[in-house]
Amino acid sequence: MLILTCPNCGLAVEETELSPGGEAHLERFGPTSSDDAFEEYLFLRDNVKGVHFERWRHAYGCGKWFLAARDTATLQVFGTYSAQTKAPPPDILAAIKKGKNT
Amino acid sequence: MSRRLKTGGRLIDRSKPVEFTFDGKTMRGYEGDTLASALLANGQLVMGRSFKYHRPRSVVGSGPEEPNALMQIGAGGRFEPNQRATVQSLWNGLVARSQNAWPSLGFDIGRVNDLGARFLPAGFYYKTFMAPQPFWKHVFEPVIRKAAGLGAATTEPDADRYEFEYGFYDTLVVGGGIAGLTAALGAMRAGERVILVESRAEFGGRALVDGATIDGNDVVDWVKDAVQTLEDAENVRLISRCEGSGVYDHGYVLCTQDLTGFKADKSGPRERILRLRVGRVITATGAIERPLSFAGNDVPGVVLASAMRDFVANHGVGIGDRTVIVTNNDDAYRTAKVLLDAGLRVAAIVDARPDADSAIVNEIRALGVNVHLGRAIAKVHGNDRVTGVSICLQSGDGAVMQEIRCDAVAMSGGWSPVVHLWSHCGGKLWWDTDRAMFRPDPDHPPRGTDGNGFVVTAGMASGALTPAEVLSDAAKAVGSDVPHCDTVEEGGILPVWIMPDGAGPDLRAKMWLDYQNDVKVSDVRLAAQEGFESVEHAKRYTTLGMATDQGKLSNINGLAVLADRLDTTIPQVGTTTFRPPYTPITIGALAGEARGSVFQPLRKTPIHDWSEENGAYWEPVGHWRRAYCYPKSGESHEAAVAREVKNTREALGMLDASTLGKLLVRGPDAGKFLDMMYTNMMSTLKPGRCRYGLMCDENGFLIDDGVVARIDEDSWLCHTTTGGADRIHAWMEDWLQCEWWDWQVHVVNLTEQFAQIAVVGPKARAVLEKLGGMDVSAETLPFMAWADGRLGAFDVRVFRISFSGELSYEIAIPATKGAALWQALIDAGAEFGVMPYGTEALHIMRAEKGFIMIGDETDGTVIPQDLGLTWAISKKKDDYLGKRGQMRSEFQKADRWKLVGLETTDGSALEDGAYAIADGTNANGQRNVQGRVTSTYLSPTLNRGIAMGLVERGPDRIGEVIRFTRIGKNPVEAKIVDPVFFDPAGEKANV
Repeated sequence: MLILTCPNCGLAVEETELSPGGEAHLERFGPTSSDDAFEEYLFLRDNVKGVHFERWRHAYGCGKWFLAARDTATLQVFGTYSAQTKAPPPDILAAIKKGKNT
Repeated sequence: MSRRLKTGGRLIDRSKPVEFTFDGKTMRGYEGDTLASALLANGQLVMGRSFKYHRPRSVVGSGPEEPNALMQIGAGGRFEPNQRATVQSLWNGLVARSQNAWPSLGFDIGRVNDLGARFLPAGFYYKTFMAPQPFWKHVFEPVIRKAAGLGAATTEPDADRYEFEYGFYDTLVVGGGIAGLTAALGAMRAGERVILVESRAEFGGRALVDGATIDGNDVVDWVKDAVQTLEDAENVRLISRCEGSGVYDHGYVLCTQDLTGFKADKSGPRERILRLRVGRVITATGAIERPLSFAGNDVPGVVLASAMRDFVANHGVGIGDRTVIVTNNDDAYRTAKVLLDAGLRVAAIVDARPDADSAIVNEIRALGVNVHLGRAIAKVHGNDRVTGVSICLQSGDGAVMQEIRCDAVAMSGGWSPVVHLWSHCGGKLWWDTDRAMFRPDPDHPPRGTDGNGFVVTAGMASGALTPAEVLSDAAKAVGSDVPHCDTVEEGGILPVWIMPDGAGPDLRAKMWLDYQNDVKVSDVRLAAQEGFESVEHAKRYTTLGMATDQGKLSNINGLAVLADRLDTTIPQVGTTTFRPPYTPITIGALAGEARGSVFQPLRKTPIHDWSEENGAYWEPVGHWRRAYCYPKSGESHEAAVAREVKNTREALGMLDASTLGKLLVRGPDAGKFLDMMYTNMMSTLKPGRCRYGLMCDENGFLIDDGVVARIDEDSWLCHTTTGGADRIHAWMEDWLQCEWWDWQVHVVNLTEQFAQIAVVGPKARAVLEKLGGMDVSAETLPFMAWADGRLGAFDVRVFRISFSGELSYEIAIPATKGAALWQALIDAGAEFGVMPYGTEALHIMRAEKGFIMIGDETDGTVIPQDLGLTWAISKKKDDYLGKRGQMRSEFQKADRWKLVGLETTDGSALEDGAYAIADGTNANGQRNVQGRVTSTYLSPTLNRGIAMGLVERGPDRIGEVIRFTRIGKNPVEAKIVDPVFFDPAGEKANV
């Protein structure tokens, strides 16, 4: 059971307080998109073994969404950050570069 | 003959006799006995039957790894199957029964399986019971189920209570042997918050039997001092009879504490699950001795060498009077020493190693014991107990050189560190060839959030063997000073995986690997031969390691046999996955307090108590309870529902609609946002008006519906389904927080803040007018409008919306006033014949009107267009959630199943979920179908069955008669009709 720090309320919380939301930084494709782009958006996920950017909601807490960078193999967490971003922020990328401990 | 020795037994108190029964026979033991030691003391060697061949079995171990001596303990609500006799403490009045034996332990008919053993090899079930299919259900399965299986479960409710404890510590030490104590002392001195759990009643572990001198003291005194020091420390908590069950992500650990299972007094909780979050786990879980694989190694009286000396030293119980010890390492010589000290005879030591010249070997030799080097056991003689062994060369093919009479065999194939807790969360292992064991690889530990390892092994769990090694390893784990202990040189181990090396098929078919599941060397070899080369495949094909002991004794030997047959190495084969729990946990303990009325929270509406007092028959809807109907005395539910429908249609009904979701969406961009959420246009809705709306997911599938009311320029109140309130709230938040975070909108879930009462029927207006206070006329408050106002003494918001097709007002009021308003309406309605109605009447009335219900007409594969709801999909909008999904080709197909009404030709009600039959069969030989029933009721209004369903091209086939399945009966004919059965023009609601 993971522990993640909710960046919105600052608490390190148990996974049971959270609900998962899958891969982060997806771009939404709407009615004018091609079949391929829409398929990619709706169905195709990277399923990485390694660093994964993912969505979590502090469902039984502050109710806010946040994003996490987590190694799916070692479970190392490189940081959590605001859901209001389109790409991982520089400090998270730096933590990944520096902290990958395997 | 196993028996109680005249002296000895460090754990038993001979002044405190204890009486218990085994298979109805009264027996005596002492306080401090385990059930196994007490049975042995009473001469009861045979304790169970094996799973497949029903061979008689006795204990093989002395701890939690025991695969054979499984018992049924207790009776009634405290009956517990599959308890290991080796760890079950004896208490006065304990009732134990053997299991997996029929008709009795002594005479078991299933034993015939053993005689036919060569017809029941690995994969037998898969090979034999493939066809014909009906045979499996009616012949094979019942027979196998009777013959196989372990203990039966009780059908009575559990008489015990269980509880959870949550805890947070810097360091958890699992195992209270000398390694665990050393590690705990180190962590204590470093000022950490420490918890130490030990699965046995006493601390000290193996060293108390095997002896050591630590810091100049006898180990018994050292342990006593260490425990005292830890107990006195404020930052340390010690718990005995508590097992480390499982290690999970980021330092989460489950421990299971036995509170009353070991004593006669059953008051208080029986077990406690400790749910710990710790910075570091130190596993000082020891090691388990491995059996040796020789022919007849499962005959009662063949036990692990360590277990044999445990029974003598701990309980003063001898398993035999003349023991042959068979080994490939020095450790078994300790057993010889213990047996000789207790006055028992050691007939011989059969040592597979060609040379053995260490201090302990020479010491035993000097005592006059015959040591046969380079020798093996060719065969154990005896059925229900050992009568002797045949000796052969280890390097040969089993040609018998000598027979030795004996009544017990002690075997030692070396030690395997208990790496389970290390491995549960991903810790890796390496194979130590010199020690012939898998050891934890400190470079690949389970990792915490910071990427650093959070599990450290200590002592034998690391692969240490001698006390000096154990202490040094444990001290290293916490960086503390190493207690002094003299190093004793021991001879090494000779890896021996079968005995003798050149054993042929006959011998291999009598060498047991997994005792409980009856897996033999021959079975694993057969699996490899038949292509099950992966260790995970071989495990499942043979069931090796799948018994209740989870391969604690059998795995390494099995892997070695597999590696040998595949002509590869043991590390190449690898291990199967170690999964928690370490030993079985009762379901009761996992449930904890969560049973009965506290199983889950119950949500009650403000009108719940009134309904309860007025005879509501409840149905669960999510965590809510809703009244299904309000039967009068002696009235059936069916009759009550029919009465409620009729009364509502003809006079006046009231429904507690408080569970409906109520989401307030507010902000400058709220209209834009709702235009994305709903398929309809919500931004153009006028304040004071209501609109029915549909919500879809990005696939285009319909996920919720409800009436939206525009409150003011910036605010909309969105009603959701009862089950959708929390889900849709979260759905809106997701889009607002993660996609359109720059839109100025906020959402508040007001579901529990308001009671909502539907006043429904031709007299609805009359009763509101009687209460007075606001104008509820058709002119001021027309259909699909809402208004704030007063009714009698209450401030209310009234919506003119209808889910029944009748004149209907839904009245919202702050929750605290809900019950009072309900009562006022009931009182005022008396003269109009008011009756409350429940959810079933609501369902019937909506079906009569052809209104869909989320979850009935939808199932996650249905788009609004399938349900004839195109009118509720805006064509003016560029985008809404689901629009792109609905544009996909699959949804444009002409043959999609679409919503229609269905009427049986005989007036009966269709069966729920029934399929419409089509001609021909599909590729699997199943009958083709062309639709299914989604809602079906007996309509009290129309006095016949009505149904809604999805039928292929349904709306184009109005008037056609098709056939629907019925369970156990011939299909029934039904005509495809319009889904609106009642008042198609909608005249009754709009008055």
